[in-house]
Amino acid sequence: MSEHSIPARIYYLVFATLLLLTLITVEVAFYDLGILTFGVALGIACFKAALVILYFMHVRYSSGLTGIFVAAGFVFLAIMLTFFLLDASSRDWQYQPDSSGFSMVRPS
Amino acid sequence: MSTTVEASHHSGTGENYLTAGYGLKSWLMTTDHKRIAILYLLSISLFFVIGGLFAVLIRIELLTPAGDLVSADSYNKLFTLHGLVMIFFFLVPSIPAVFGNFLIPIMIGARDLAFPKVNLASWYVFTIGGLFTFAVVLAGGVDTGWTFYTPYSSTYSKTAVGLTAIGVFITGFSSILTGLNFVVTIHKMRAPGLTWFRLPLFIWAHYATSLIMLLGTPVVAISILLVFLERVFGIGIFDPALGGDPVLFQHLFWFYSHPAVYIMILPSMGVMSELIACFCRKRIFGYSFVAFSSLAIAVLGFLVWGHHMFTSSQSIYAGMVFSILTMMVAIPSAVKVFNWAATMYGGSISYETPMMYAFGFLGLFTIGGLTGLFLGALGLDVHVHDTYFVVAHFHYIMVGGAIMGYLGALHFWWPKMFGRLYPEAWAKLSSIVIFIGFNLTFFPQFLVGYLGMPRRYHVYPDEFQIFHVLSTAGASILAIGYAFPVVYLIWSLVRGEKAGPNPWNAKGLEWTVPSPPTTFNFDETPVVTEEAYDYSRPVEGKVV
Amino acid sequence: MSNFHDGVVAHQFDDAEQQKETVNLGMWSFLITEVMMFGALFAAYGFYRFKYPQAWIEGSNYLDYLLGAFNTAVLICSSLTMAMAVHAAQHAKRKQIIVFLILTIILGGVFIGVKVVEYADKFEHHLVPGHNFSVDSPFANQVELFYSFYFIMTGLHALHMLIGFGIIATLVVMAYRNRFSEAYYAPVEMTGLYWHFVDIVWIFLFPFLYLIGRG
Repeated sequence: MSEHSIPARIYYLVFATLLLLTLITVEVAFYDLGILTFGVALGIACFKAALVILYFMHVRYSSGLTGIFVAAGFVFLAIMLTFFLLDASSRDWQYQPDSSGFSMVRPS
Repeated sequence: MSTTVEASHHSGTGENYLTAGYGLKSWLMTTDHKRIAILYLLSISLFFVIGGLFAVLIRIELLTPAGDLVSADSYNKLFTLHGLVMIFFFLVPSIPAVFGNFLIPIMIGARDLAFPKVNLASWYVFTIGGLFTFAVVLAGGVDTGWTFYTPYSSTYSKTAVGLTAIGVFITGFSSILTGLNFVVTIHKMRAPGLTWFRLPLFIWAHYATSLIMLLGTPVVAISILLVFLERVFGIGIFDPALGGDPVLFQHLFWFYSHPAVYIMILPSMGVMSELIACFCRKRIFGYSFVAFSSLAIAVLGFLVWGHHMFTSSQSIYAGMVFSILTMMVAIPSAVKVFNWAATMYGGSISYETPMMYAFGFLGLFTIGGLTGLFLGALGLDVHVHDTYFVVAHFHYIMVGGAIMGYLGALHFWWPKMFGRLYPEAWAKLSSIVIFIGFNLTFFPQFLVGYLGMPRRYHVYPDEFQIFHVLSTAGASILAIGYAFPVVYLIWSLVRGEKAGPNPWNAKGLEWTVPSPPTTFNFDETPVVTEEAYDYSRPVEGKVV
Repeated sequence: MSNFHDGVVAHQFDDAEQQKETVNLGMWSFLITEVMMFGALFAAYGFYRFKYPQAWIEGSNYLDYLLGAFNTAVLICSSLTMAMAVHAAQHAKRKQIIVFLILTIILGGVFIGVKVVEYADKFEHHLVPGHNFSVDSPFANQVELFYSFYFIMTGLHALHMLIGFGIIATLVVMAYRNRFSEAYYAPVEMTGLYWHFVDIVWIFLFPFLYLIGRG
């Protein structure tokens, strides 16, 4: 909780950064960064979300417990996504026998 | 735990939470956690009876190999409603909503939960969800199985899936509200001196349970909502015709519904720690291991859901990972069982009714848990998946584990809740009847399942009949066993001997206040100066 | 989260400090459930995006990214005004609270207005799954899947904003009646947390829905 109130200029600074980052995320979307495209978009979104959580939502000035709670939500989300993608990515892999035993192939 | 509250000061001097108000309004508008617990007790008892009736019909139908009592369609509805009612309306709320609600504030020396109005709201939300489920029965039932697997539920079923989905969606929020209240209460409302490692293990178990409720329930709510949207508006998230993936629904569903198994069993484990400590007159062996094993079960429980999907088209590589992680859940579960056994070693064990249920729990949970390892093994599961082996396994956990814990808790804290003692001989007898009835019902199902009897069928080959006859016979005994407590517990409310604040000479803040407790539990906030279960010191004011 | 009391310490708490911390933790617990609820949708979205990258690009390209970007900016502005309302509440500046809260509602209204225009556009161009959907593409079915996500995710987000309007309007009335003080402004602060959370959801939705495969 914010016993000590945060100076208003920090809010304006965060606000300006958020707008700038929105501009950047739109801008970079028009460059083909190959495999990185999604990572960059995700990275910028995460950074923006972190700014909102830390400053607008005062987590930076709150007890560690609040921070742990926030982190827990995202950790369990990451667990869910990890297993979903593990399934999606490996579902059509197959073992195929060859001269050296078995090898794993991904059918095209 | 020693406190500044002197129980003898109050007992017999009049007002308690039950006598604080008499009208219907004083119950329906109450924010007292103890009254809300009683409201929940009444509601879930009703649902237990309804779910039980479905089970009775199922067992009677299965007495003969032919489908002579109900049609295939009705049978589908019967097992679906049995599962739905028992899981969402009895097992998930059972111990947390009744005993958690009643005991958590008292055990931690608080006047109430953190958000009493939210607590009341959770009961109303639960009731509304329950009404939807009644409506489903009136609308002709639902036949998807409690798992709502797509695309059957979203596209093909002709039954009241939409209504059921809304009911479960709403009920989920009551679970979320309860979990939220518990987490916050345990963090912020503990009495002075009551550090985390002085908390009763019941509290640790409920903390872990509440985390699952918070993190898991929203996921099942949204996935059931997606089924609803797909059914009603044709927005196809899981529709194979659009390239949607029914297995994704299973992922979303089991992300909650596997941890939900731990919502059902963890509170029961918390109860076990209280019972075993009290009736062995010993501190729980390896307190901190038991405490952390609850958290470990909660966290690991979120990593294993894929073991329900080994025979779906889930990637077998994902299956391997899930299989290995499933084995790991056995570790914290075993830590608990071994620690309880070690607590008993050298303890001065007495065989009161709650302890009988604790013994029942230990044996049945161990069988249920070990057969769970069979099912978690990727290769073996292909053979026994969707057979009665699975049915037997999860009934050993949920009836043998969760309901034994529930009944143990009911018998342990009944004198605290209502201030009356029940007839011990009858109670002990019924605990034995329940144990025998339970094993006779479900052990044959392991055998018939291993021989290949699939679940969810109402006709079967003649050679399986002997197992089903045994099972139905056991279910009859079990039903009688469940009927006993209803009779003698209600009898005890009127005729039972006055209990006094601490009939078991147990340790814990709840035994320092009068039975039944007063509305605000404590006259002044207690100060805790000793560890939980410190039975080496005599209970205050008592000659042990 | 309705455990807001009019400046008094509720009976279950020992003091105002405990009440404040408890209410705060309660709100964060609630937000975790929201994270998981939206998160499940994001995870399902990720699952399909991995499976059908081409359809996702096509679906995304039918969306107007300029409107999306405009709405992102609008929502960030509303987050600022909300933060300033909380700031004003901390210093018990009643007039400022009311002004900033009303500004927040107006900005939220602009967002919803743009959303309505976008939705109407989807109806016009036959992009409403299950109801009125036809696109000319070898991946038409999977594009429909993308639009199912588009409508469910933005719809759930918009629903949260509408609920937010109701709560903020209540706060305006409370502030008008001078219910808040330097010691008691928890409702404003908790609503702020909620509103920022809604903003965060959009911060993710915007690039995930509007900006795929533009390069």
